[in-house]
Amino acid sequence: MNSVVMPNELGTTDYQTELIAGKSIIQARDVDVFYGDKQALFGMELDIYENSVTSLIGPSGCGKSTLLRCFNRMNDVISTCRVTGSIELDSQDIHAPEVDVVALRQKVGMVFQKPNPFPKSIYDNIAYGPRIHNMTPSKVELDEVVEKSLKRAGLWEEAKDRLDKPGTGLSGGQQQRLCIARAIAVEPKVILMDEPCSALDPIATAKIEELIDELRQRFTIIIVTHSMQQAARISQHTAFFHMGYLVEFGETGDIFSAPKDERTQNYITGRIG
Amino acid sequence: MTDNINILIASSNAKRQSAERSFRVYGIFAIILSLSFLFIMIGSIGLRGATAFKQSFVQIEMEIPSDKIDADNIKRARFGKLLKAALRDSFPDLKSRKEKKQLYKLISSNAEYSIRDQVLQSPEIIGTKAKFWVRASSDVDMYLKGYIDTNIPEDQRRISDLQLSWIGKFQDAGQIESRFNTRFFLGGDSREPEQAGILGAVIGSALSLLVCFLIAFPLGVFAAVYLEEFAPKGKLSRVIEININNLAAVPSIVFGLLGLAIFLNFFNLPRSTPLVGGMVLALMTLPTIIIASRAALRAVPPSIRQAAIGLGASKVQTTFHHVIPLAMPGMLTGSIIGMAQALGETAPLLMIGMVAFIVDVPQGITDAATALPVQIFLWADSPERGFLEKTSAAILVLLVFLIVMNLVAIILRRRLEKRW
Ligand SMILES: Nc1ncnc2c1ncn2[C@@H]1O[C@H](COP(=O)(O)OP(=O)(O)OP(=O)(O)O)[C@@H](O)[C@H]1O
Ligand SMILES: [Mg+2]
Repeated sequence: MNSVVMPNELGTTDYQTELIAGKSIIQARDVDVFYGDKQALFGMELDIYENSVTSLIGPSGCGKSTLLRCFNRMNDVISTCRVTGSIELDSQDIHAPEVDVVALRQKVGMVFQKPNPFPKSIYDNIAYGPRIHNMTPSKVELDEVVEKSLKRAGLWEEAKDRLDKPGTGLSGGQQQRLCIARAIAVEPKVILMDEPCSALDPIATAKIEELIDELRQRFTIIIVTHSMQQAARISQHTAFFHMGYLVEFGETGDIFSAPKDERTQNYITGRIG
Repeated sequence: MTDNINILIASSNAKRQSAERSFRVYGIFAIILSLSFLFIMIGSIGLRGATAFKQSFVQIEMEIPSDKIDADNIKRARFGKLLKAALRDSFPDLKSRKEKKQLYKLISSNAEYSIRDQVLQSPEIIGTKAKFWVRASSDVDMYLKGYIDTNIPEDQRRISDLQLSWIGKFQDAGQIESRFNTRFFLGGDSREPEQAGILGAVIGSALSLLVCFLIAFPLGVFAAVYLEEFAPKGKLSRVIEININNLAAVPSIVFGLLGLAIFLNFFNLPRSTPLVGGMVLALMTLPTIIIASRAALRAVPPSIRQAAIGLGASKVQTTFHHVIPLAMPGMLTGSIIGMAQALGETAPLLMIGMVAFIVDVPQGITDAATALPVQIFLWADSPERGFLEKTSAAILVLLVFLIVMNLVAIILRRRLEKRW
């Protein structure tokens, strides 16, 4: 058992990419992440495929959120955090000096674990992103963006009569869909979701899962989840992490039916984690 | 064995329960004690000060002769002389100058001006005999309010037997009345207790606080925002934080001395003015505002910042669009509490000369003025019996202002808490 849990030099696997069809939009190469002196991610090599849902799974503390935050450089905000290696989005290194982090975050949106709408009206919640990015010069266009985003997030019917009411007055599941609507209002390419359903009941969770499946048509989604069933239900690709290493990456069906690594096997059957 | 353990548990339970009971008794006792002190303090001030809101008036019947008063130039007329004559007419059997002087002392020294003003308002009474209500002098007022003991020998009290007999006659004729003392609220300071009012001090305090707020609030908020949101968290920021906390504990008189040295002696700003007073109070409240604002900023949940940054807002946008608006009620609360402290400050204002005797109500921040607590200090220092009740009344007014400010702060804080 012990030898299985320990990360080894082959923590990253090399059988990952060749099996997978589709166009990759993000390429992470040799990414190390440090918090102060402590290393949280080791030599990460990972491709994210366009218009698919990729789930990141693994035991607590293995670095899923850390990796997710690399993709929109949210780690920049943490003063102790240092990221090395290269991450390319659309063949452009996101750490290149000419890359504006504001523009990057417009392309890579994020939805958090706990619904965090601004304590403002539903309308202003969604309009905030387009406003700061100057995407909508006129009020009419802004109205359209708000309506479209709410419709895509499946919240329009519930929210159309209360657009001027505070977003914090919605239920938890509605708040999370509001946060998703807020994220897609700026037309990102990639949406990062860090355990978006962990604060929600099963019905609200089912709605979000349905929504994620629809959003896949337009966006590329990377989702961190602790629920194996959720990963199996909604994602096309799955990456399993263990103690800062990417252990296995592949099509979700393969990972769950025929994991190649013993640690993956143990995790998805509930023996470690 | 288990019996033993049960007995041990039972005895420890009993011990814990009795400890809890006695702790609760101590707590209740302490609260009752402090509440009763507060009650006694406010009660005694209230009892002493309540009479200051009333003032005795004497009715004088007086000829307004058209030959002595020029209707076009009423201000020139010598109402003092006429008033004295009218008083003498009420008691025709007076002979000696000493007695006459005593008679004049029954009414306030500015009674002639109030008569003049009444004539100015309705000039048609010129040439008739009119009745005027004029302020009684402070000694008479004190006697009527029961503060002068008539049983002690005549030469030891402020009011003579002869004066008492006149007052008696006025009372019998219904010529003495106790009225609401509007002048106390609408007048400036005076050497005569019955003419003294707090408006000058209230306006002086208000102007000082305005200056204090306009300086300290923006400075404090920006300092707090910078320290909390932008400054690198290192040794330097910790040193600054400790020093700000220390600054909040510096005795206020030190800020007064600093103001004297810098604002008055170096920059030559006008002495005794709300401008300088407000600047000194701003120095004093700045640390309080910074500390409260930082706490308010820290109370804004990090998830809000993450949401904004995740959408691509810059640090400055996140701070100004989301964090500051959410922290604003808390910042205002802290500032109001700091200003309430400043409202009660006396020592720093003494140092910059806001302690002068000033009759006029200040019209702007560069007029000489005093402040409410300084006015209380000045009146408390006066020997006249009449100022005693004025002192207590002014304290009541100050307390009302403080309570109102704190209430506003509490209401704002409620608002803040409702948000999450
Ligand atoms: N801000 C931080 N400062 C220092 N260390 C951190 C920080 N955030 C995460 N870490 C460390 O990095 C490692 C990976 O953390 P991360 O949050 O990425 O794990 P995770 O896989 O998301 O876990 P969970 O499933 O519990 O969310 C952990 O050991 C954690 O202690
Ligand atoms: Mg996490």
